[in-house]
Amino acid sequence: MTINIKTRACYKVFISPVLPAFILLSLLSMTVAFVEAADLVDDTKQIATLRKGTQLSTEAEEPEPLLNESNKDKKRERGYPMQPPTIPHAIDKYQVDTRANQCLACHARTRIPESQAPMISVTHFMDRDGNFLADVSPRRYFCTQCHVTQVDATPLVENTFIPIDQLLKKEKK
Amino acid sequence: MKKLLLHYWKLTNKPSVHFSIGFLTLGGFLAGILFWGGFNTALEATNTEAFCISCHEMENNVYQELQTTIHFSNRSGVRATCPDCHVPHEWTDKIARKTQASKEVWGKIFGTISTREKFEDKRLELAQHEWARLKANDSLECRNCHNFDYMDFTRQSPRASVQHSTALASGEKTCIDCHKGIAHQLPDMSEVEGWQ
Repeated sequence: MTINIKTRACYKVFISPVLPAFILLSLLSMTVAFVEAADLVDDTKQIATLRKGTQLSTEAEEPEPLLNESNKDKKRERGYPMQPPTIPHAIDKYQVDTRANQCLACHARTRIPESQAPMISVTHFMDRDGNFLADVSPRRYFCTQCHVTQVDATPLVENTFIPIDQLLKKEKK
Repeated sequence: MKKLLLHYWKLTNKPSVHFSIGFLTLGGFLAGILFWGGFNTALEATNTEAFCISCHEMENNVYQELQTTIHFSNRSGVRATCPDCHVPHEWTDKIARKTQASKEVWGKIFGTISTREKFEDKRLELAQHEWARLKANDSLECRNCHNFDYMDFTRQSPRASVQHSTALASGEKTCIDCHKGIAHQLPDMSEVEGWQ
């Protein structure tokens, strides 16, 4: 009983005078939060991204025209022995999915005599435990995961890679 | 039945009583022109892309796939429409193909490929029909635009010029033997000859 009286007194003395102000304040903070949420949508008020503050709905600058894939059928040097060879021909619109693999239409083991294309390497028949399978291992099926075409373009960043043979030569000197 | 046929036979056999020969000849001639013109106009109307994609089976499946290929969008803006590749351009062959296409009306009515799933199940069979047709007519519809005689091998990639100057030139292969799936997606190729 005494506690009850105390609580009521406490309410009268401390809470009731500030209650309207409290409600007002909470309403205000909600509004602020709402405005801040709206700011999140606005790219320009955010930290720098790759889009450099450009709105998603606009283009920062006219994109460069697409370059044609190199299509000269000349094999290129590999940077290191295990490098997946780059593709020396155009492959645009090649279908590689569950239904068909247009790369394998020439590069599969059984297609070599007719196509005279290089056969996919033996590693492509191995599962991850090193056992040889009858056909291409599913993990090697999607060619463009490793093999890519090239375009004749100026590199956007400098390449600092040094091939091992050049590295060894340098050490000898 | 026999009586009825006989009646009509006699009717057509009898010389005209009321109409002059001039009227009948001229009238027949004019009616002929009207019928022939109407027939060809109707035929041409069914020979347009707009007609093909008026069915959702065509618009939602094959037409969508065509749009990403070079036969739809390219640097020079020359494009192929459905009938350019799927209907022969010569009149007799065209009529033969159109007669065959009545089967497609049947398919439309009974919803043979009315859903994406049904279409996917039929994709291989439908593709094989087209491959067989193009193989049989030596890829005639390709050659309506791509003329071997005017191919400049020096403008082709080394691979292409080797294949075109040997296998294609000798007639050992025809366009469709190598160029499958150029305008639409390929079906399941695991059972197709020349695909492993």
